[in-house]
Amino acid sequence: MARAPQPSTPAAPSVSSAGANWQPSQLQRQRLAYRRGRTVRSAVTAALSTLVLLAVLIGAVTSSPGWPRVHETFFNWDKAKDSFPAVAAGLWLNIRVMLICAVIVVVLGLALAILRTLRGPVFFPLRMFAAAYTDLFRGLPLILVLLLLGFGVPALSLGGVSFQPVVVYGGAALVLTYSAYVAEVFRAGIESVHPSQRAAARSLGLSNAQALRYVVLPQAVRRVLPPLLNDFVSLQKDSGLISILGVIDAIRAAQISTASDFNYTPYIVAGFLFVCLTIPLTRLTDWVARRQGWYGVSGGAV
Amino acid sequence: MRRRSGFEATADPVPADGPLLSIRHLRKSFDTNLVLDDVSLDVDSGDCVVLIGASGSGKSTLLRCVNLLEVVDDGVITLAGVDVTDPRVDADRVRSRVGIVFQAFNLFPHLSVLANVTLSPMKVHGLPRAEAEERALAMLERVGLSDKAAAKPDELSGGQQQRVAIARALVNSPVLMLLDEVTSALDPELVGEVLSLLRELKDEGMTMLIATHEMGFARQVADTVCFLDGGRLLEVGPPEQLLADPREPRTRQFLARIIEAGRL
Repeated sequence: MARAPQPSTPAAPSVSSAGANWQPSQLQRQRLAYRRGRTVRSAVTAALSTLVLLAVLIGAVTSSPGWPRVHETFFNWDKAKDSFPAVAAGLWLNIRVMLICAVIVVVLGLALAILRTLRGPVFFPLRMFAAAYTDLFRGLPLILVLLLLGFGVPALSLGGVSFQPVVVYGGAALVLTYSAYVAEVFRAGIESVHPSQRAAARSLGLSNAQALRYVVLPQAVRRVLPPLLNDFVSLQKDSGLISILGVIDAIRAAQISTASDFNYTPYIVAGFLFVCLTIPLTRLTDWVARRQGWYGVSGGAV
Repeated sequence: MRRRSGFEATADPVPADGPLLSIRHLRKSFDTNLVLDDVSLDVDSGDCVVLIGASGSGKSTLLRCVNLLEVVDDGVITLAGVDVTDPRVDADRVRSRVGIVFQAFNLFPHLSVLANVTLSPMKVHGLPRAEAEERALAMLERVGLSDKAAAKPDELSGGQQQRVAIARALVNSPVLMLLDEVTSALDPELVGEVLSLLRELKDEGMTMLIATHEMGFARQVADTVCFLDGGRLLEVGPPEQLLADPREPRTRQFLARIIEAGRL
């Protein structure tokens, strides 16, 4: 496709009177036509390779000897329709748990992150507490925290704490674990703001707290918005784990439905609904990141 | 509202006899690197003192020490008769009376130009928004940028950003301005607009301590030029003497290099 330069059209640079009169040059029109051709070719190639791959995958799965039974136990349309109302009702609980937990997680995570950035000897115990908290709850598997809270706290028989609905313990476990993650995300954001910004703020007479509140945090939060939303996608999905405590959420409702006939289709229904929930949030994350100009390596001319 | 009384900085007692800024035997090191070594310097009210010297000679650190952005190792800095190196001093109050402008502007990218300038009057001095904005707009007018009040810093040219930074420092009515190589990040065409602004400030009687590589500017506006070399204040004198006929061979060598580079 490469063309030799055309010495026949040197087009002596004339002083253009107005940009409005600009007409693409012959060379530019050739470039555009070439790029359009390449775009069509790319689209056709992508479509073909996707179709071939899908055909091979579907062929491989459906031609396997056990496929009829798998089809019956996992992808039964009637069973899916039957279980859908119960699973969807359970999902409403997941959504509520996720929304309430997300709010508490943001507040708690931000507080922990700020505690870790405090200076001065008075704050040593607070700094140490925040560091120990994040170390512990980032390290503990969520399922252990769920079991410890869900079965341990009620067993304490403590008035006020021990006799709550099970979903409260599930939510508390999610909050404990995710606030540790989110605290680290916020801390990374705070530390990514260049020290010269703090210096500029302090040089204007702002106190340490004012510099944090009006200069450092606004920039930090903007920067960590995409990873933060990523953690919320994860929280949304992990809200399904509270089912192990016996809360009737989407997963538990599916499990109950499978217990009658050992048909696992309701799990697929629950999975499908979870994906439908997380995809919009994932797209929102991408959109926020793009709006901030973070195209990453895939953007730009190169 | 606590520091409201400190806002009218000129109301603070400035001893008529002593210098506004007095630096005595200042010493500062970073780990094993001695950056300032026994530096003593006086700046009288209304004076313009220019610091010259190679990169790493300690010019920036000296300015940062005066603004208490660095903790000194030894020595005394007195501002308007108050020992600001005393650890019991309210550093925020001192800083709010001393303006500093950085080489890299350090504007707050998430705030508009106007909000950059109003932040300190509102949060440090407790001015109501309307009053703070009025002052800020007057100051932006002063630096010729009142039409850019709503813009974000990254929509401005380097010279415009630096003028906003100067307005942000001036809005607190500082008794002393510290300028740290404020034109080093600008291309030659934009240097002029910032330097002419500084010249006007000098004519209005602002006390300034300026670190710069612009020798022509130093010769025009400085009352005193100081040559720093390896953290030591090697030579101090009026610009016509120090820049034309320096006593120290090291100063002569430095100026010869500058002339070679075509900056004098």
